[in-house]
Amino acid sequence: MIPLSHYLILGAILFALSVVGIFLNRKNVVILLMAIELLLLAVNVNFVAFSHYLQDTAGQVFVFFILTVAAAESAIGLAILIVLFRNRRSINVEDLDTLKG
Amino acid sequence: MSFIQLAFYFFAAVTVFAAAMVITIRNPVKAALFLVLAFVSAACVWLTLEAEFLAIVLVLVYVGAVMVLFLFVVMMLDINLSRLREGFGEYLPIGGLVAVLMVLEMAIVLSTDDFSEQRLPRPEAHTEGYSNTKELGRLLYTFYVYPFEIAALILLVAIIAAIALTLRKRPETKYQNPAKQVSVRRDDRVRLVKMGAERKRDES
Repeated sequence: MIPLSHYLILGAILFALSVVGIFLNRKNVVILLMAIELLLLAVNVNFVAFSHYLQDTAGQVFVFFILTVAAAESAIGLAILIVLFRNRRSINVEDLDTLKG
Repeated sequence: MSFIQLAFYFFAAVTVFAAAMVITIRNPVKAALFLVLAFVSAACVWLTLEAEFLAIVLVLVYVGAVMVLFLFVVMMLDINLSRLREGFGEYLPIGGLVAVLMVLEMAIVLSTDDFSEQRLPRPEAHTEGYSNTKELGRLLYTFYVYPFEIAALILLVAIIAAIALTLRKRPETKYQNPAKQVSVRRDDRVRLVKMGAERKRDES
């Protein structure tokens, strides 16, 4: 049968891939948001795997809440993206320099 | 190799492939579609873990709602891709190094004895009549009812925030104001004018 570590390594690979995605696409806000979604998916894979192997349903309840928060986050993120595009005509992260930070 | 093992490794491979395509492909629309593939195959991986309800929720909520929202936004924006791809190859070596290191570290930790099959064996399959959805619902509406309400509040805040952010008043658009329409009085619309009677001119 499949050991728990294989599920956890799948989660780790997904997590690492999304971190690389944030590194590579650091100018494109849309891909950054997608990478964050992937990151949350990796965490959820770990939660579900532990929930199954430890036979504790609480892990799945947590995944439920993470899904809720992720949906809210992406909705607000896309709204901000649209406002940004309306004002700046671009979604390049480098154009967001109004605060001169 | 049993069927469930075969299914797990297949769907895991598809998930990793789709995730790699999401972060490397040039076209954002295609990236969104590959993200859909990643979510669907991750849902299949969750099915091998007997988390049926969450697998269906992932497909319904993520593929059905969030990714459609993503696709809408990506197709609506007119993005200049060439500028956004600047520096893509520049960060590839350091990013790849970080990723390989992270996966290696996790693999070293996870291949210790604590996560072995002897220590944490796969639990027995549930008996007939067990419902994952029922079990989750029982937990969610009793023990986690307070966090559940907070989650509902978070969704409400997200709705209001998204609408408030994107709503704008354009001065050039013409629209009706129902409050003004309802509260109109007779004097605002009708003006009675007093004038003397006119005499009809003789035709003959």
